[in-house]
Amino acid sequence: MRYLPLTSDDRTDMLAKIGVASVDDLFANVPKGKLMKGLADLPTTKGEIEVERIMGALAAKNVPASAGPFFVGAGAYKHHVPASVDHLIQRSEFLTSYTPYQPEIAQGTLQYLFEFQTQVALLTGMEVANASMYDGSTGAAEAVLMAHRVTRRNKAILAGNLHPHYRDVIETLSRMASDTTVALPANAVDAGADLKAVAAAIDAETSCVVIQTPDVFGNLHDLKAIAEKAQAAGALLIAVVTEVVSLGSLTSPGAMGADIVVAEGQSIGVGLNFGGPYVGLFAAKSKYVRQMPGRLCGETVDAEGRRGFVLTLSTREQHIRREKATSNICTNSGLMCLAFTIHMTLLGEAGLKRLAAVNHANACDLADRLDGVKGVEVLNKSFFNEFTIRVAGDAAKIVEKMAKKGVLAGVPASRLWPTDKAEKDLIIVANTEVNTDEDRAAFVAALQASI
Amino acid sequence: MMNRQGRPTAAGDTSAQAHPTFTGNYGLEIEEPLLFEIGRAETTGVDLPAPKKVKSRLGKLARDGAIGLVGLSEPETLRHYVRLSQKNFGIDTGLFSLGSCTMKHNPRLNEKMARLPGLGDIHPLQPQSTVQGALELIDTLAHYLKELTGMAAVAMSPKAGAHGELCGMMAIKAALEASGQGHRKIVLVPESAHGTNPATAALIGFEVKPVPAQADGTVHVADVKAALTSDVAAIMLTNPNTCGIFEKEIVEIAAAIHKAGAYFYCDGANFNAIVGKARPGDLGVDAMHINLHKTFSTPHGGGGPGAGPVVLSERLAAFVPYPFVHADKAYVLVEEATKIVKGEKPFGRMTAFHGQMGMFVRALAYMLSHGSDGMKQASEDAVLNANYIRASLADLMSLPFGDQPCMHEALFDDTWLKDTGVTTLDFAKAMIDEGYHPMTMYFPLVVHGAMLIEPTESESKASLDLFIATLRDLAMSATKGEVDRFKGAPYHAPRRRLDETRAARNPVLRWTPPAPYAEAAE
Repeated sequence: MRYLPLTSDDRTDMLAKIGVASVDDLFANVPKGKLMKGLADLPTTKGEIEVERIMGALAAKNVPASAGPFFVGAGAYKHHVPASVDHLIQRSEFLTSYTPYQPEIAQGTLQYLFEFQTQVALLTGMEVANASMYDGSTGAAEAVLMAHRVTRRNKAILAGNLHPHYRDVIETLSRMASDTTVALPANAVDAGADLKAVAAAIDAETSCVVIQTPDVFGNLHDLKAIAEKAQAAGALLIAVVTEVVSLGSLTSPGAMGADIVVAEGQSIGVGLNFGGPYVGLFAAKSKYVRQMPGRLCGETVDAEGRRGFVLTLSTREQHIRREKATSNICTNSGLMCLAFTIHMTLLGEAGLKRLAAVNHANACDLADRLDGVKGVEVLNKSFFNEFTIRVAGDAAKIVEKMAKKGVLAGVPASRLWPTDKAEKDLIIVANTEVNTDEDRAAFVAALQASI
Repeated sequence: MMNRQGRPTAAGDTSAQAHPTFTGNYGLEIEEPLLFEIGRAETTGVDLPAPKKVKSRLGKLARDGAIGLVGLSEPETLRHYVRLSQKNFGIDTGLFSLGSCTMKHNPRLNEKMARLPGLGDIHPLQPQSTVQGALELIDTLAHYLKELTGMAAVAMSPKAGAHGELCGMMAIKAALEASGQGHRKIVLVPESAHGTNPATAALIGFEVKPVPAQADGTVHVADVKAALTSDVAAIMLTNPNTCGIFEKEIVEIAAAIHKAGAYFYCDGANFNAIVGKARPGDLGVDAMHINLHKTFSTPHGGGGPGAGPVVLSERLAAFVPYPFVHADKAYVLVEEATKIVKGEKPFGRMTAFHGQMGMFVRALAYMLSHGSDGMKQASEDAVLNANYIRASLADLMSLPFGDQPCMHEALFDDTWLKDTGVTTLDFAKAMIDEGYHPMTMYFPLVVHGAMLIEPTESESKASLDLFIATLRDLAMSATKGEVDRFKGAPYHAPRRRLDETRAARNPVLRWTPPAPYAEAAE
């Protein structure tokens, strides 16, 4: 077995040194009759060639995003990742290291976490950011718990145009923790009504309001007024961003008064991966830092006075506080942070702004092409790189038909709101820098042929 | 000093300070500034086309002004991160003895497979007809996990071990509520448990009650029985436990728990010791998370991403959260209530999408490579390696629970360091100078000055022999009173010992442009 260095002679010598006759003597604590007699009922060892053949066959049954015109978004986006990013994250010292428990030999990890935290704080317009969460949705659920700790209340109001899966994750954790959630109904047609409903729902028990911008249908929201209203009622505003590239073009949630910002960072450096691993960005006002979940990297000095970095404020965390911890989380998304921060370093301020502008322009171009197509209506007054169209017919069937023509057209809203009849004719369509004029022409042609 | 061939090597003049350099660099040891000290706002390492001329739809929300980010060109970027990487110790650097973390070899075939476009470049919300292979892969991995654990069902979506614990405990809570037992609020947790166990239980409203471990390092059924009341919801037990010992009364404990109407949650952090040797399902476990990054070799990545699927017994199988796969004529991803079949009672959703697919690919590639025979051998070798270390050091270093076999990790305490002036921390830092990643320190909490060493099956005998020789040398040095070797350690790392107190007292969590009077605030 190529991964196992011990030889049978080694094993014999080692058993002798330990002073037992067989390896099963070392398993003596396993209750009688519970040690497996034979092998598990699974195939036996395979060489690289065979494994590649098996995995290749599974891969061949999927249509990769790069195979044709691709417009699927709604929380995960097809962006280009520079070759250097994937090369660097595969360096042994990054890939095969662990949580920096021994900071003297983990300065590489710690320094990039510190740089990552700085980038995230700047992007979101917040004072502090942590070293990442599993993903945006789990980050959002943790943000709600954090707001409950800060306000000592336990009722969260979720905007109707929050991604339904994010809503489900928050509701699941809240229900299990005996907290209250008020989830408002989605409104694809009148995005302004979404925020009005949130404002109307705020009361003296409200701990936080959770609002996504750009929202799940792609609409942009000015959060200033709702932030003021929430804070006047003693509640926090949690802003959710599922498309982090939008922050290159849009006023940051921090500048609009958000108390906590949670974002999915997948768009920068990470890739699609069928939903994971991703990287959750989590930023807040610094006065709440001791209530934050997750890891934090901080600056210090070593015994010779040289600058260095360590994980810090860990008295919030489970390995110290156990049942009194701010969260049960015991990891971050280290390698995905690294992918994010390398890609962001390559982009820089100028590159990110350019990337965001290209995304927006491409989406505008598709919206313009759809303007006047019979049986299609673009619902959004504002959007970044994603908008929602109403089509004459069953959206899921139309998306399926378009897939047969080689165009992956977007997410039918019925996939996210399966029980809601009102959404049956909507498709959420994303455009990024990878889409060309030809892709958009193919989209329009395939759509017209499928209605 | 001996090299690997047993030839003596003379210690050279390692005093860098004797020959200070202009740059502060010493050969290959290069100081790397922060990105924000070398980057520029206008520089970019990515070439993008000019955006098309269109009518903006951003309205009043268009960003004006600077974000504050900086960029580097591509060559500068490569250099920045390569230099940072060289300050890190990874598994490929040397023996990474962190107990409980299972720093086993990360096969690069797994990386290659995860990057196949058909597995890596697919979107979670593509039409299901276009991702049948991905759903088949998830279903196949689920089958492997169920087969290896002897369990009825598996929740694939949790993103990490602690997230898996949360999922398993939520399933238990859902099951209790479904059977009118929602009043059960107490969760029994041994004092030797990972901190995540009590934190998880508390997060969803359970009250944590400790269970003692006895002098042999295990939990005894009598202590469990004494703690059982009609308010107990579950026990959370790690097996093999955090002391590296298999809980020998586990079957009796499970029976007592079940008889009392409660559930048995097993922390599967140490499942790597028993894969292919014993099945949690045969021991009475109801729920157990599996750390794919420990047991099935997916890379630890400097602290994530992990992956923590949860296997569930018949009693909990109905409660698997969304989404899950039905294998019928085609594979169907069940994401909502309209698609569930009779008897399925998903308790909710753990994460936006379907879990850590990238880790599923790597874990399955590892399982296929090893096969059932290789996985069993890997468990045996992991246990053999740990016992070899235990037996080779037992005469110098103290064992808290007597001279009994351990499983995949060997636990020492600091009794043997008493009156030497050297602490567990000092000892660990001296290991850094010798080219090793230290063991887990001060955990589990039940042992004073704990040192938890896990070599994994990936170490050769030659590697273990050198490691053992090094630890013996260090141990003798400590007991001889050569305190300087330890107190100042590490001497030969990119940094000397770091001031963690200062970091916590005055948190600096991001870069800010230097102010001329920043020093005065000190």
